[in-house]
Amino acid sequence: MIKHSLLVLVTGLLLGMVMPGQADDSLLPEIPAAQARFSETQGCVEPTADMRRNHMKYILHQRDETMHRGIRTKQYSLVECINCHVSDTPDAARVSSEEHFCSSCHSYAAVNIDCFQCHADRPVKTSATQAMPAVAESGSASIPVLAIEETTHE
Amino acid sequence: MSEQSNFDQYRRRFLSGSAATVAGMAVAPGVLLHEIGHARPASQAVTDEVRWGMLIDSNKCAEGCDDCVKACNEEHGLTGHGRPATDSQWIRKVTLKDKQTGHTQTLPLLCQHCEAPPCVDVCPTGASFKRADGIVLVDKHICIGCRYCMMACPYKARSFIHETLTDQKPYSPRGKGTVESCTFCVHRVDDGETPACVEACTAENHNAMVFGDLNDPSSKISQQLKQYNSRQIRADLQLNTGVRYRGI
Repeated sequence: MIKHSLLVLVTGLLLGMVMPGQADDSLLPEIPAAQARFSETQGCVEPTADMRRNHMKYILHQRDETMHRGIRTKQYSLVECINCHVSDTPDAARVSSEEHFCSSCHSYAAVNIDCFQCHADRPVKTSATQAMPAVAESGSASIPVLAIEETTHE
Repeated sequence: MSEQSNFDQYRRRFLSGSAATVAGMAVAPGVLLHEIGHARPASQAVTDEVRWGMLIDSNKCAEGCDDCVKACNEEHGLTGHGRPATDSQWIRKVTLKDKQTGHTQTLPLLCQHCEAPPCVDVCPTGASFKRADGIVLVDKHICIGCRYCMMACPYKARSFIHETLTDQKPYSPRGKGTVESCTFCVHRVDDGETPACVEACTAENHNAMVFGDLNDPSSKISQQLKQYNSRQIRADLQLNTGVRYRGI
């Protein structure tokens, strides 16, 4: 890993020397900017260096707390990560693209993530409760009418 | 919206809002007022002081009406692939017919959130579990998709996801290779709301579904259970279901 980083660094330096105008055009990931700051003094929910190293531990811990104990604090919530780090526009990058916040680093580090096989990779701004009246009014034609099941009893 | 549910909303707002601040000062530190109401702060774990349950009045459940099913599908993004045999359904309408008299009645069937859930008994990985407040869930992080729980469930309440999914709802993660079922809209319940099906049924003024705390004798559901005769489906299995039915 260290060798690999060194190689990238040296390659970057060499490229920089050969093409002075394109020094930024390195192999390092381009990480999309977040939408907001956690506090005035801190960008993310923990110092950035800590998040880069330990975000998976925070998320894993929160996962079990939320799933099994119903604790829904926002600081380490995956949904909140996505809300802040991924744009809510319709053309926002999917996790399959390297422009997606998570993928930008993970593809560089060659670490697969399976979070988004189940979790949403983009924010949905309307909350569950806000979405409900629309359902009652529109009747949502796109949802197939499921199973009016016929059974009998004696 | 009925007078009763309006009252419930005012009560909830009253308990979680300004009144809690005033009363909170009078309560000793560490004794939290939300134990009285249901508005639990996000940082506090669920406890077994609450047991969530549902009472469904099949007399008020109209044949052909599937507002609850549509609301559930919309809430959790259960879009389906036009293959009824394998598409996910967390709640479905069941029609019962008495062969002798020809009398039919209809009711929504969902995960019954048993006190002694067979799905939890058989799960080899611990993915099927019952939360302290009685809600039976699948931890899809641990689920290996073996589907023992689907075999064990007497109510056919569980579905298996066969296809790769995209655009899931942020509050309702779902993915290929795992089993899923009704969660009692746990994300809404944790927020002090009622499940989407109940809300839709009430919004359309059918009022066939009541959701609440079975452990709280003053809750609407407890009072109705006390006042009216109700049944568990397959009570003979002694699972002590959280979902009860009137009129069957």
